[in-house]
Amino acid sequence: MFSFELLLDAVVLGLLVGCFYAAVSIGLSVSFGLLDVPHVAHPAFLVLASYGTYILNQHGIDPIIAGLMLMPVLFVFGLFAYRVYYETFERRGGDAGVRGIAFFFGVAFVIEVLIILMFGVDQRSVQALYIGKSMGIGDMRIPLRLLVAFGVALTLTAALALYLARTFTGRAIRAVAQDELALRLMGANPVAVKQWAFGIATAVLGPAGALLIIVAPVDPTLDRAYIGRTFCVVVMAGLGSMSGTLIAGIILGVIESIVLTLYGASWAPAISFAMLLAVLAVRPQGLMGR
Amino acid sequence: MSQALLDVKGVTKRFGGFTALDAVSVAIRPGERFGLVGPNGSGKTTLINCISGVLGLDKGTISFLGADISKLPTYLRTRRGIARSFQIPRPFRTMTVIENLMVAFEFTAGHGHGGHQSRDEAMALLEQMGLGAKAFRPSSELSQVELRKMELARAMAARPKLLISDEAMAGLSSAEIDEVLDLLIKVNQDGITIIMIEHIMHAVMRFSERVMCLDAGRIIASGTPGEVMADQRVQEAYLGASSQG
Amino acid sequence: MQQAQRGWIFWAVAALFVGAAAVATFSIKNEYPFFAGYLILQFMVLATAWNILGGYAGYVNFGTSAFFGLGVYTAVFLFKATGAPLLVQIAVAAAVGALLGFLVGLLTLRMRGIFFSIATIALTIIIETFIINWKFVGGATGMPMIRPPAMPPFDSYIKMLFVNGAVMVVIAVALARFIQGSWIGRGLRALRDDELAAACSGVPTLKLKLLACVISGALMCAAGAPNAMYLSFADPASAFNLNYSVSALAMALIGGTGHWIGPVLGALLLSSTQQLLTVTISSEVNVLVLGLMLVLFVVAAPDGILGLFRRVRARFTGDAGGRV
Repeated sequence: MFSFELLLDAVVLGLLVGCFYAAVSIGLSVSFGLLDVPHVAHPAFLVLASYGTYILNQHGIDPIIAGLMLMPVLFVFGLFAYRVYYETFERRGGDAGVRGIAFFFGVAFVIEVLIILMFGVDQRSVQALYIGKSMGIGDMRIPLRLLVAFGVALTLTAALALYLARTFTGRAIRAVAQDELALRLMGANPVAVKQWAFGIATAVLGPAGALLIIVAPVDPTLDRAYIGRTFCVVVMAGLGSMSGTLIAGIILGVIESIVLTLYGASWAPAISFAMLLAVLAVRPQGLMGR
Repeated sequence: MSQALLDVKGVTKRFGGFTALDAVSVAIRPGERFGLVGPNGSGKTTLINCISGVLGLDKGTISFLGADISKLPTYLRTRRGIARSFQIPRPFRTMTVIENLMVAFEFTAGHGHGGHQSRDEAMALLEQMGLGAKAFRPSSELSQVELRKMELARAMAARPKLLISDEAMAGLSSAEIDEVLDLLIKVNQDGITIIMIEHIMHAVMRFSERVMCLDAGRIIASGTPGEVMADQRVQEAYLGASSQG
Repeated sequence: MQQAQRGWIFWAVAALFVGAAAVATFSIKNEYPFFAGYLILQFMVLATAWNILGGYAGYVNFGTSAFFGLGVYTAVFLFKATGAPLLVQIAVAAAVGALLGFLVGLLTLRMRGIFFSIATIALTIIIETFIINWKFVGGATGMPMIRPPAMPPFDSYIKMLFVNGAVMVVIAVALARFIQGSWIGRGLRALRDDELAAACSGVPTLKLKLLACVISGALMCAAGAPNAMYLSFADPASAFNLNYSVSALAMALIGGTGHWIGPVLGALLLSSTQQLLTVTISSEVNVLVLGLMLVLFVVAAPDGILGLFRRVRARFTGDAGGRV
C-alpha cells in the first residue's frame, strides 16, 4: 500500500545513500570529468579498495581508518596507472579513443577476476561499532552505518572540492582541464599535473571503498552495478563539477530509493542506467554542465 | 542582378550566454573571390561551421543556389557543392594521402563511378598541389604544411561549387603562399567560388575581389580589400581601440 | 589478383568450410568435438559482428551481451509460445536484433565515444532486468529447454547446431567482407578516423553508423538464438553474462580489426585457449587470461595479430604502405 510514511522513509534513506553515491563518484568527476580519461575501470578500483578495507578490517582496524590508510597506496597506484595510460594512448593519437576504452574495460575485467580468484564469489562485509545498530530520528529508525557514511561522504566531497578550489595544485588541475596550452605557457607541466590529479582521484577511492563495504556487503561483480551509478552521477553533474556531483548523487539516491520501495529490488539495477541514458539523450552536458 | 550563390540572411548563433554571430547577412556571388577577415574569436570559423552545417542556426537562414539549406545535414550540403578545409587539419589518419582524396571524391561527385576514375582524379589534384610524390604514403607521415595542402586538396576533390578555405596558409613560407594563391586563383577561373578566411593580409589583399570584416560576431566593414583595410573600425578591431590622450 | 578472382576463392573456401563441417558430423561419432567446436563458431560470429561496428566504424560496443541474451530469449519465447523450429528462431532473432540495433543507434550514436560505450552497458543491464522480471520465459531462475529431434539428415542435435553454426559463420564473414570492400566500408573508415571531416567530405555518417549498428545487432542476436538449445537451458545471468561483451571485443581486437579475417582468427585462438584452460585449470583462470590478453594486446599490439603479421612482412619486403 502506498503510504506517506513509507515514502518519507524512502526519501530520507535516499538522501543518505545519495551522498554516499556522490562520494564514490567524485574520483570519477576528476578522472573522467576533468581529465577526460575514459576510466571505465573506476568502479573496479572502488571495489578493490573495498576489499583492501576488508583485509585491514580482518586485523581489527576500523573500516574508515582502513580507508584512510589505503589512500597513499592508491595514490601511487593512480600515478602509475595514469602513466601507463598516457604513454600508451594519449601520446600516440590515432584511434586511441577506441583502445583507451577497451584498455580500461580489460583492466576492470582483470581486477574483477583477480578478486574472485583471491576471495571467491561470496559476499564480504566488515565489522565496526556503528554497524548493526540503528538510531531513532523522529518516527524513523535509521541504520547508524548510513549516518556515518553520510557524514564521511559529505566530508570527503567537501574536502576534495576545497582542494580543487583553494590549493595551488588543485587550481592547476582545474586549469589543465580547461586550457592545457595556457598552463604550459605558465611553466607548469600539464602531464605531471594530470598524473597528480589521477593519483588524487584514485586516492579518494580509499575512503569511498570503505564506505562501500560499510553500507552493504560487497562481492566481486559489484563494479558492474556501480558503472551505472558513478557514470550516471558524473554525467548528470556536468563533467567536473563537484557541487553538481553531490546534487546528482542525491537525486539518484532518492529516485532509486523510491522505485525500490514501490516496485521492489529486482528493478533496482536498471534505474541508474536508465537515468544515465535519459540524461545522455536529452541533456548531455549535465545539470551544471560546462 | 545575378542570383547569389550563397545567401546568408540574419544568421545568429549563440553558445549559452555568448553570442558568436549576431544577425550576420552576406550574399556571395557566383564565381566571386571573397575574403573573410577579423581578429581571433570574431566568429569567422563559427560562420563557416554554420554554412557547412556543422552548427545549427539560432536565427536566420542560409540558402545555396536558391534553395534553403538551413536544416540540411552536413554531408548533403557537401554533395550540393559546398566544401571546406579545416583550420587545424583533420586528415583520415589510417589512410594514404590519395585515399583521403578518393573518399571525398567517391562520396560526392564520383558517386557511382569506378575506383580508377577516383584515383586518377585524386592524383591529378595532388600533382597540382605538389603532393604527387607522397600520394601513396600514409597521411600520418605528412608535415604540418603538407597536411594543410592535403586539406585543401581534399576539399577540392569534392568538386565543389563553393570552396571555403579556413586559414589554409598559416605556417606556409612566402613561396608556398604564392603557390597556393596561384592555385586558388586558377581554381576560381575554372568557375569555383571561393571564400577565404585568412590572417595573412597580403594574401587576402592579393586574392579577394571583396572582403568582409567580422568583430565580436558582427560585420563591421565590407567592400574592396583596400576599402576594408583602410577602415578605422577594422584597424581598431585588430590593434585594439586607440587609448585616449 | 583481380577482384573477381578473389571472390571465387572466397566462396570456394566457404563452401569447403561448410562441407568439411558437414562431413565431420557424419564421420565422427563422439559428440564432444562438436560441442566444443560450436562455441568457437559462435564466437567467430560474435567477434565478426562486433567488428563491423567496433572495428570498421570505431564505435566500441560493450553491449554484445545485450544482443546475445536477447537472441537467446527470443528463441526461448518463440519455442515456448509457438514451438517454432530452429531456423525460424534464428531468423526472428536476427530481425529483433536489427530492430534493436536501429533503435539503439538512433539513441546513442550521437553520443561521444565513451558515452556510446557506457550506454551499451546500460542497455545490457536494462534488458536483463526486464527479462528477470518476465515470468513467462522463466524469470531469474531460468527455463529448461527440451530439444526437439534433430532435423534429418542429422542424427544428433548438437551436430545439427554445429553445421548451422558453420553456415552462420559464412554468412557473417561474407557480410563483413562485403562491407569492408565496398563504399560502405570506406565511408565507415573515414568516419572512424574523423567523423566531422568525413561528413564534410560528403559521407552520410549517421546513415552508415545506423547501418553498421543494424547489421551488427542482427548478427549478434542471431548468434544467441541457438544457444538456448545448445545449453538446453536459459537463464538471464548466463545469457546476459558480461563475458560475451568482453570476449567479442577482445577477440576482434586481438585478431585485428582492420580486416574480416582478424575477428575469425581471434575467435579461433581465444575460444580454443579458453576451452583448454577451463578444462585443465578452471573457468576463472580462463576469464582472467581473456582479460589479460585484451589489456596486453591493446597496449602492446594495437593492430592485433594481423598487425603483427603485417609488421613482420614489412620488415622482410621493406614495404610500409598504408594500412589495410
